[in-house]
Amino acid sequence: MPILGVIDSGKSGHLVTNNYSSIATVTLASTGTITFSSIPNTYTHLQIRGITSLSNWVQIGLNGTTGGSYTYHELRGNGSSASASSSINVEGLMALGAGTTGYTAFVTDLLDYANVNKYKTVRTLYGSDQNGSGNVGFTSNLYQSTSAINSITFYQNSYASLPVGTTIALYGIK
Amino acid sequence: MAAGATYVPIATQTLGSSASSVTFNSISQGFTDLVVVSSIKPSSSASGYGPSFQINGDTGSNYSYTLIYGNGSSAGSIRASSINYARYGSGGSTSTLEADVTHIMNYSNTTTYKTILARFSQPSADTGAFVNLWRNTAAITSLTFYGNDGGSIAAGSTFTLYGISAA
Repeated sequence: MPILGVIDSGKSGHLVTNNYSSIATVTLASTGTITFSSIPNTYTHLQIRGITSLSNWVQIGLNGTTGGSYTYHELRGNGSSASASSSINVEGLMALGAGTTGYTAFVTDLLDYANVNKYKTVRTLYGSDQNGSGNVGFTSNLYQSTSAINSITFYQNSYASLPVGTTIALYGIK
Repeated sequence: MAAGATYVPIATQTLGSSASSVTFNSISQGFTDLVVVSSIKPSSSASGYGPSFQINGDTGSNYSYTLIYGNGSSAGSIRASSINYARYGSGGSTSTLEADVTHIMNYSNTTTYKTILARFSQPSADTGAFVNLWRNTAAITSLTFYGNDGGSIAAGSTFTLYGISAA
């Protein structure tokens, strides 16, 4: 296929604003969980971008809250059919890994996280393709607390450790 | 926590006339993730598959994807394995622009295969998401986007490439 437009994207000098800022990143050198604490409340929304070789659910915990403080909805495709599920008063399940050939990727938005007048919504686009198996889907979690979010912890489902190489980056959006 | 501004526009291409493809070449390795925001319509209807892209000029059977979609009356999911392209869009209309956002995660890593998420919205046809796997550990230095069946993209389509740097 011929290539029409070739753009040199290695140039510099683009305007960089403070509207989308990198706050912190963690890459696991050994198995464990990942916590971002003392998150400033100076942004409007947070975005989380991550990759992991986990073959299980990635679980989110806000402000150190464990147990059934979250509601959950999911829409998932497994390559042959689409399915939907929901649950209440559960853990914060946000992205389902499917194997180690390809990393599971997820992009999560934590909306209006510093607002103290409403419950918080977490929405995620995730996917894991293994060249013959895999999942792609959307989740939404409701954290049933009006507190501002100042810490986020990521686990494997049931508060287990995440694998080596898991990388999660936290960004703030003005 | 220290915060650094990021989400940098790297390059934009707007098609004044139909083009056989759109390429971002010589992509800087100075970011963590890439995001491509596109507003596109293919030049012709699909007989086989919808809008696609290739990485680093790789035309081999090193791609696979899993798709979930909804078309207004039903939802479904399909998969393709060991094919020679990745997917980013619907391609369900040649008259209405669709909005697509493609996330290329950890693109400069040289030890892992690359996972690419793509969210598409074609208001005349369907909406959904792809997860693509490119089975290659090379850093990504170029991206080439096509319309339906590897064909051309119509005038008025736009592509913008952004870079995101993690702290």
